[in-house]
Amino acid sequence: MTVTELSHAEGFEAVNLSEGDREITGVYIGDLLSWVMGKATSGDSWITIMSNINILAVASLTDCACVILAEGVTLEDDVKTAAQSKGINVISSQLSAYEIALRLNTMINNE
Amino acid sequence: MSEALNFHFDVDGDDFTSAGQASVQIKKNLRQLGISPDTIRRVSIAMYEGEINMVIHAGGGEADVSVTEDYVEILLTDHGPGIANIEQAMQEGFSTAPDAIRSLGFGAGMGLPNMKRYSDYMNIDSEVGKGTTITMRVNL
Repeated sequence: MTVTELSHAEGFEAVNLSEGDREITGVYIGDLLSWVMGKATSGDSWITIMSNINILAVASLTDCACVILAEGVTLEDDVKTAAQSKGINVISSQLSAYEIALRLNTMINNE
Repeated sequence: MSEALNFHFDVDGDDFTSAGQASVQIKKNLRQLGISPDTIRRVSIAMYEGEINMVIHAGGGEADVSVTEDYVEILLTDHGPGIANIEQAMQEGFSTAPDAIRSLGFGAGMGLPNMKRYSDYMNIDSEVGKGTTITMRVNL
């Protein structure tokens, strides 16, 4: 499943799709950025409630397919602009991290 | 490649929001050099943690990256307060970061352990009141 396909799924909304054709190969959930840096792997969709600008660097360095903002978290305009200029895919959802992970599990495994 | 390629960055200690720019730039540079994705990931994560540490604890510093035939070396130099107990600082979960930093998702006590985990060689030279120099190498 690509990031663009996920953004079209029910419960998800695109915030920034610079590289929407990236394939989602896994899921990582976490809000402690150093922890995420140590554990998230390339191609993961990273679910977090963090929205400060440092998430963009973490997403870029870990080579995540996309950031998924859970629980209705939104990005400030300057962070959204930075996501566009750095080419970081960001998706938002009103769902909890757990519910997002359940849906991703179904969508990834049904391919 | 017979001579080392060197990259120098000033890490701004006043601007926490721009922390990580040097690491992201190095990631791009290494990609252009055709270095493997896994090595790039290890170098850039180790460097990012170091960069963040310099911003949080030392008011910024300098980062120098050399790419040789055998390894990528990251040299981080600051003139901050120094590390009183390096052994304690290396423990996962130990942190002296202030609450404001923790609320941004940092200060989990994973910085130095991650730097160690992602490098093949790491040395910390620190003196309280003078500053810290960290050398990391990732083999190619």
